[in-house]
Amino acid sequence: MSLTISQVRKSFPGPGGGIGQEVLRGVDLTVEAGEFVSFIGHSGCGKSTLLNIVGGLTSATSGTVEVDGVRVSGPGPDRAMVFQNYSLLPRLSLLDNVRHAARAARPQRKAALNDEIVERYLGAVGLWEHRHKKPAAVSGGMQQRTAVARAFAVSPRILLLDEPFGALDALTRARLQLQLIDLWQDESETETVLMVTHGIDEAIILADRIVVMGNPPGPSVTDIIPVNLSRPRDRAAIVDEPAYRLVQERLMALLTAEAADAA
Amino acid sequence: MTVLETESPPADSRKPGRRPTDADGPVVAPAPSSALGRRMRALASSGAWALVGVAVVVALWSMVAVFSPHLPTPLEALASLSGMLRYPFYDAGPNDKGVGLLLLLSLQRVFVGFALAAAVGVPLGFLIGTSPRAWKAANPVMQILRPVSPLAWFPIGLVALSSSPNAAVFVIFITALWPIVVNTAAGASSVPRDHRNVARVFQFGRMAYVRHVLVPHTLPEIVTGLRLSMGIAWMVIVAAEMLASGATGIGSFVWESYNTADLAGVTAAIVLIGFVGVALDSAFLRIGRRVALEEVTV
Repeated sequence: MSLTISQVRKSFPGPGGGIGQEVLRGVDLTVEAGEFVSFIGHSGCGKSTLLNIVGGLTSATSGTVEVDGVRVSGPGPDRAMVFQNYSLLPRLSLLDNVRHAARAARPQRKAALNDEIVERYLGAVGLWEHRHKKPAAVSGGMQQRTAVARAFAVSPRILLLDEPFGALDALTRARLQLQLIDLWQDESETETVLMVTHGIDEAIILADRIVVMGNPPGPSVTDIIPVNLSRPRDRAAIVDEPAYRLVQERLMALLTAEAADAA
Repeated sequence: MTVLETESPPADSRKPGRRPTDADGPVVAPAPSSALGRRMRALASSGAWALVGVAVVVALWSMVAVFSPHLPTPLEALASLSGMLRYPFYDAGPNDKGVGLLLLLSLQRVFVGFALAAAVGVPLGFLIGTSPRAWKAANPVMQILRPVSPLAWFPIGLVALSSSPNAAVFVIFITALWPIVVNTAAGASSVPRDHRNVARVFQFGRMAYVRHVLVPHTLPEIVTGLRLSMGIAWMVIVAAEMLASGATGIGSFVWESYNTADLAGVTAAIVLIGFVGVALDSAFLRIGRRVALEEVTV
């Protein structure tokens, strides 16, 4: 499986219906099967817009996104998303949130199989005993774990994550990052992960490649940095590795330069 | 203008440690500082102030009654009220019924008109709230019809249904329709982007979207619309029954009382209508609280 983004441009109508700022200015990227790619950049750089285009929620003004040579024209079960603000349906239990979404995305799947898959992923994120609770009755971390389980339960080939852990405290975030890697590597058929983040450390710990994005009028993709660190990555030990330092310094330099330009 | 520093607000005179004076009222045993105790005290305080409010109104009323002898005094009204409540459900022919029976007749009309309005208004509201075209088509019509007093529809109801009690029900239907349609439409059109994105990413079918996203989100606003329209319907039924000869109810009772120069009966009826209105409203408030999104935890 491969994902090909070619010459994707996106502009939103400006005030008064005129042509507004071009958010994405010709993005080219190829992601191979089994890759974890992070997108990092300041707000307004279009990283979430790019993710939404891959997810089929937004259409590009021009350019194409292809999964295995098939052009993306809308949402599909080969791609599942986890949103920044959990986005669970408030009147459904955690179980029903996962079950109904998986059932809707995979209508051909038998109900018994669906229930089995739902149980597996809710169990994998440690929420099976809380399955009958409503989202408002559990913590933000538990809500986001439910959203992660919901995405995996669709059995997507590509997982799209839009700043999934941004609203969580550092400890919960670290735990969820580990869980995510486990699910991706060992527990699922999901091959590829695209993740929008604003955390430098998060990007390095999780990703194989980091796409650095910039604000207008410069190019959308400022740089693509490979992270040559072996997995599994130990959060404590990894910080001392030279490769980690190198990537971190490069990201810092790129992002602060961008911030200085903006100011 | 300068404010005198020495003038402290009255609340300050209740500082702890101040010696109680006669003005503080009877000394109550120190209430337990539990949540229950605090609630009891808050309740007692609201009750006391409510009595003050009633006392002020009764005093003003008594004064006005002194100067205009045609008006009943509060005592006369009270006597009339207790007389009415002695046999609330007696039935001595179409024009002589107990006040409880009259209220039930009016309530029955309100509920029938209200139920019809809900049956039409909720689906219509969903349609208008979810389809921009339906919204564009319906909005101008609604804007023009909404400010019209529902009583203006009475003659049309009378001709169409050829029965004045049914025309009163028709007036209630019109009354209740607009708030239900408008609130349902507002709720249905404001489904959060997050929820819509979830429905799109996971490719919810039409039925799943309606069942799991649209209706659950709109529910609180539907209840708000129902509550508003019930409130207005209860106000309008009195006027409708005054207009509709043959529609025996609390409205016709008010008018009859006026025609027989029984203003004490009118004032007593006003009080009763008010209490029924409060009961209706609090019932809907309770339903509203139960379906509020913030309450969805268990």
